[in-house]
Amino acid sequence: MTGAVRALPVGAEALLLEVDSAAEVAALHAEVLRRRAAGDPWLAGVRDVVPAARTVLIDGVAAPEALAARIAGWQVPPVAAGEGPEVTVPVRFDGPDLAEVAGRWGVAAGEVAGIVTGTPFRVAFCGFAPGFGYLTGLPERFHLPRRATPRTAVPAGSLALAGEYAGVYPRSSPGGWQLVGRTDAVLWDPGREPAALFAPGVRVRFVEAGA
Amino acid sequence: MRPTSGLEVVRAGSLTTVQDLGRPGYAHLGVPRSGALDTEAHALANRLLGNPADAATLETTLDGVALRAVGTVTVAVTGAPCPVRVAGRPAAWGAPVRVPNGAVLEVGAAAYGVRSHVAVRGGFAVPAVLGSRATDLLSGLGPPVLTAGTVLPVGRPWGPVAGADTLRVPAPPTELVLPVRPGPRADWFTEESVAALARGAYRVSSAGNRIGLRIEGGPALVRARGGELPSEGIVLGAVQVPPNGLPVVFLADHPVTGGYPVLGVVPHEALAGAAQARPGVAVRFVMVGP
Repeated sequence: MTGAVRALPVGAEALLLEVDSAAEVAALHAEVLRRRAAGDPWLAGVRDVVPAARTVLIDGVAAPEALAARIAGWQVPPVAAGEGPEVTVPVRFDGPDLAEVAGRWGVAAGEVAGIVTGTPFRVAFCGFAPGFGYLTGLPERFHLPRRATPRTAVPAGSLALAGEYAGVYPRSSPGGWQLVGRTDAVLWDPGREPAALFAPGVRVRFVEAGA
Repeated sequence: MRPTSGLEVVRAGSLTTVQDLGRPGYAHLGVPRSGALDTEAHALANRLLGNPADAATLETTLDGVALRAVGTVTVAVTGAPCPVRVAGRPAAWGAPVRVPNGAVLEVGAAAYGVRSHVAVRGGFAVPAVLGSRATDLLSGLGPPVLTAGTVLPVGRPWGPVAGADTLRVPAPPTELVLPVRPGPRADWFTEESVAALARGAYRVSSAGNRIGLRIEGGPALVRARGGELPSEGIVLGAVQVPPNGLPVVFLADHPVTGGYPVLGVVPHEALAGAAQARPGVAVRFVMVGP
């Protein structure tokens, strides 16, 4: 990893590890999981490891200050392109914001599907609702602003874009992202193992439904 | 396994939910921790009945609940002190109470505090989701908020009723003191405004819920730096400061990530008090060691 890890105190039993990029978060998150699985005694008792945009939260740490000092000495290898499980998600590209997205990208409406299906995505982190993943991978020129007025109800299964992220709404909820398509894939089912189709580190391929 | 007994909801109260110790360990999937807000009251109610600490109880809000026994059950009411009646007769608060088949257990309005806990010997045996029976109001996991007519199944007893326990009945708080350990984003606020927190005439707002304790009155925190904070993980007890500058103390149904800076964290031991603080109660923040 290129940059340093800044360890910030969070109460008596948690640490927030801050880095400079989504790629560094992915690498650091994978490293924490590797070390916890290997029985690292400094991570014993850790309940939650929560990656986010530029941070990884570790909650349930017995000695946060001592762990912070150790993390400063960690060697954190980058995540390889093919690392992690992959899921394929069929999408119908008929979202209400398709024309607006195409306009902002400077392409024809019919080309949006090709750009999205041609992008290898990765679940950077989850939040907002159970099973909602923030997917990174879109090149910077395709990053989009949120809608000026959020919708009060976005249908479940909507494929949406905002900022540097793509995401799929697991259930109907309010939302301000740009809607480009829809999938029948079940993003979240607490009765299924795993409950979430999109967990941090999962690689995601969108394909055109019926194509 | 078919339940041998149950409790039918006669009066649901303003907000009564099933709670246990929640579902920690799924925050990375966007699942809140949830669970009882007053974990001491939840644990005591279970202990009185010989239940394990993670048995599900009911958490009421201000005005209690009424339940009719289906089969004879033993219950215990803890948390916010309140009148307890069985079949119209006064019964003990904070002790095991037998409710005969067909009799109604009436848990009255809290004399002070907000949330009472009703445990039943054997625990409420509603289906578990991701290892927990807790109702999560933020994400909608777990059993729905109680409504009249619902029959809650009761599980098999684990062991004998414990009977007497050491009961600490707290006096009505005149002030909620919230210790705050600074971090991770305390440096996003001016030192003067953080220092002013301890002197501020804050009080509990009526807008609070299981997601967070909201504060009103007193001076708003002043940002020392501008800009947006990218989403980051949030812990139980985090003191998050939205743009209006008034802190929100995150409780059990808190979101797993948030985009506003977290000034500090209230230790778990102080959160039961926060869960029982009524709107209007004075709040004082005390910054404690890093």
